[in-house]
Amino acid sequence: MKIVVAIKQVPARDSQLRIASSGKWIEDADLTYEINEPDAYALEEGLQLREKHGGEVVALCAGPARAASTIREALAKGADRAIHIEEDDFGDPLTAARVMAAAIEAEAPDLVLTGLQSDDLGYGQTGVILAELLGLPHATLIMQVEKVDGGIRVKRELEDGWFQHVEMPLPALLTIQSGISKLRYATLMGIKKAKTKEVKRLSAADVVAGRQTTETDRLGGGPPQSHFVIERIYLPERTKHTQLFEGSPKEAAAKLVEKLRFEARVI
Amino acid sequence: MSILVVMEQRGGSWNRMSFETLSAAQQLARELGTTASAAVLGQAIDGLADELASKQLRKVYAVEHDLLKDYTPDAYTAALRQLVALAEPRLVLFPHTYQVRDFLPKLATSLGTVAVSDVVSHRIENGQVVLVRQLFQGKVNADVRLPGSPVVGSQAAGSSTQSPAPQFASFQAGAYRGDQLADGSAPLEKFAPQIAAGDIRTRPLELFRESQRAVDLGAAELIVAVGRGIKESENIAMVRELADAMGAELAASRPICDAGWLPMERQVGSSGQTVAPKMYMAIGISGAIQHLVGMKGSRVVVAINKDPNAPIFEVADYGIVGDLFQVVPELTAAFRKSK
Repeated sequence: MKIVVAIKQVPARDSQLRIASSGKWIEDADLTYEINEPDAYALEEGLQLREKHGGEVVALCAGPARAASTIREALAKGADRAIHIEEDDFGDPLTAARVMAAAIEAEAPDLVLTGLQSDDLGYGQTGVILAELLGLPHATLIMQVEKVDGGIRVKRELEDGWFQHVEMPLPALLTIQSGISKLRYATLMGIKKAKTKEVKRLSAADVVAGRQTTETDRLGGGPPQSHFVIERIYLPERTKHTQLFEGSPKEAAAKLVEKLRFEARVI
Repeated sequence: MSILVVMEQRGGSWNRMSFETLSAAQQLARELGTTASAAVLGQAIDGLADELASKQLRKVYAVEHDLLKDYTPDAYTAALRQLVALAEPRLVLFPHTYQVRDFLPKLATSLGTVAVSDVVSHRIENGQVVLVRQLFQGKVNADVRLPGSPVVGSQAAGSSTQSPAPQFASFQAGAYRGDQLADGSAPLEKFAPQIAAGDIRTRPLELFRESQRAVDLGAAELIVAVGRGIKESENIAMVRELADAMGAELAASRPICDAGWLPMERQVGSSGQTVAPKMYMAIGISGAIQHLVGMKGSRVVVAINKDPNAPIFEVADYGIVGDLFQVVPELTAAFRKSK
């Protein structure tokens, strides 16, 4: 099974976020970055499927030069090779997905995996857009993947603890839910081997220029229509008045317990 | 700019989030001086369509087909493309459910456009709609402006319609009040889309629940919940001790259960249990929306988190900004002492 796993690099989870003076993005000078968590699970699932069924795992990452560290980590964990589409900002998920789809199409994989959403922009759309652009069947929020006759059978998460099995032929695209399995760590050997693995670096223009376009091409079509503009970003205004207790941990704890007992009367 | 809401039902029961989106649509329609319509998709949906027709709407579309009985992204996308061509709305709104996430990006892409997903509020500025959506798991908001007059641009290849694609947006759970709908009497239009069985590539099978829930968090009066801030499995014991000191049930956010540190049945949130205790104490839980929807009905919410900007403080009545590893043992001691 040839598997492409689309991964993204995002600011580390416990980053203290500050808004940049432009008001369009966060201050990124002193941020540290890591793999988007759901994508880490997508990679893990790809590696496990390869271990069971053989084949190849190709990590695909669209992002700026700094994303190279996340790609190296994916290779160290066991991806066979990687494609890095170097681009600072795609603007919207359709534009990003068009470039990624062109790169995936050239690989002709059996299965495309990605995380269900990114922890930074959080559109939760790239996987499904990719499926539509590539003309693949898809399913989202996947918690289990099994190979069956004629394709795959997946376990899809629904709300309130419900699940559903869905079957589909290959090639297909799945977006993976966090927690599908236990994440592996890169071994020392893996880190060493990663240095010798192939990373193909391309610009968005390279990827798009590298393919034949046709009249009914879903991937071409120029830039998407102008639909929306992100005007500004900002920290949400607190609408709720939270009583915060200060002082030493001991003092704060004592005040909280007193309030819960005598004001809120819940204990 | 007419508005269309696509409601969600499964097996004849509404997903209640649909009514929150319907309420948002009525509000937007009033503010923009336009009308809102609503659509329901499925098979044998007369009762649902009649219920919708009792709301203040321009029209109710009952989109019926045998192949819409069980949800598939292919059938839903095909049906909705045809409905959009028929109804010609400028703005199509959806509840941001798991199902909508599964097909909306496909629908938008097939029309050469991008949906604004997971919207929490809106305002009108100079006749244009500004939608607010969250970034970074709710830590940052973004204002997204929809152009007032649609831009007639190049269509996505493969699309044969001449009119420009509408704008699509999905609304987050709890963003609008579903119980504040204006009643009325709307005409009902039945629409039978063309769908071929051969166009549906995925085969949906039975719905199931994993296991019997031994722990009914819904009945708990006091809940102490632990999140990612606890860092290590061994540290859970510290929070368990606090829960015991208070006589509270121990619960967790998703990452803790994913990691196997606590069983899935103790998970609170959109994929776990929904709770409404007298007091909910969130320890090291940042408060991503998937968690908040499961606990924001709690009477009193307490948050303990090192990040003062964590979204959990948005719903908290009481809070301590600090290191949970110092605060939790002190809390346990304080509860024991106050007994």
